[in-house]
Amino acid sequence: MQNKFVIAGREFTSRLLVGTGRYKDFTETKQAIEASGAEIVTVSLRRVNLDNTGQGSLQDFIDPKKYTYLPNSAGCYSADEAVRTLRLAKAAGGWNLVKLEVIGDKKTLYPDMVETLKAAEILVGEGFDVMVYCTDDPDLAKKLEEIGCAAIMPLAAPIGSGLGIQNPLNIKEIVQNANVPVLVDAGIGTASDAAIAMELGCDGVLLNTAISDADNPVLMAKAMRQAVKAGRNAYFAGRMRKKEASPSSPTQGKVA
Amino acid sequence: MKVKINGQEKIFSGELSLKQLMDELKLDSSKVAIERNLEIIPCSEHSITQLNDGDNIEIVQFIGGG
Repeated sequence: MQNKFVIAGREFTSRLLVGTGRYKDFTETKQAIEASGAEIVTVSLRRVNLDNTGQGSLQDFIDPKKYTYLPNSAGCYSADEAVRTLRLAKAAGGWNLVKLEVIGDKKTLYPDMVETLKAAEILVGEGFDVMVYCTDDPDLAKKLEEIGCAAIMPLAAPIGSGLGIQNPLNIKEIVQNANVPVLVDAGIGTASDAAIAMELGCDGVLLNTAISDADNPVLMAKAMRQAVKAGRNAYFAGRMRKKEASPSSPTQGKVA
Repeated sequence: MKVKINGQEKIFSGELSLKQLMDELKLDSSKVAIERNLEIIPCSEHSITQLNDGDNIEIVQFIGGG
């Protein structure tokens, strides 16, 4: 089980999923994603700029045959809007796998769970494989799984905040209750945050800004790749008990 | 014929299929999704779908996102 990471019947090697937003150009996007080792990349869907259609597109740099595109419904504030966007994403790419997110508040970017549940039900009914961005509420996470979502993705902290895991207890609770993969999505700031998510037992981590907004995105991408692996290994290794001080070196035979 | 594309009004003379519109806009049909009056038109139907006066067209593509 340790090395199997299966989402909607497809097996992946990398447990790090990365976004493709906020980079300074497509070249940097490509370099960072390569360094991250990610196999699944999130993408957004937006209107084509009709005044400037000759430019290169994301697909020219991030080959959809090499990477699994995970279209998101970022920026959608209702179930209807999110469903419409993800149907369009399916038409544009022909893929069933999507990341559902319905935002409830412009300032906090916190998910609207009522609309998220509604959209998840419609999308699952239409045959989509839904990886769902959600609050870290264990009860709602279970409901999303019961609806038939392919993966549950609670936030660590608000989107783009880099604050790290604010509620490890809830993340752990969600992991322990779930029969589908659980990924921490949003709020990761640096490599140790990703490692902690994996140590809590998460199946994977999804992040964007922690890499794209680092001073050296390519190096941070590499660090995240290593952190996810390190955290996963630590989870399986089983950490030592926290206890009082005890020396690591023998007390006997010391020079006197 | 007046058509709204991505919120912009465009005027065309004569008949035009979605495929011809894509060619005119220098867009690759396989990399975009098109919605006409809120209904998705699959790529395979672009060449047999004619634009009508007053149509509301949305053309979207993948961009970087998290």
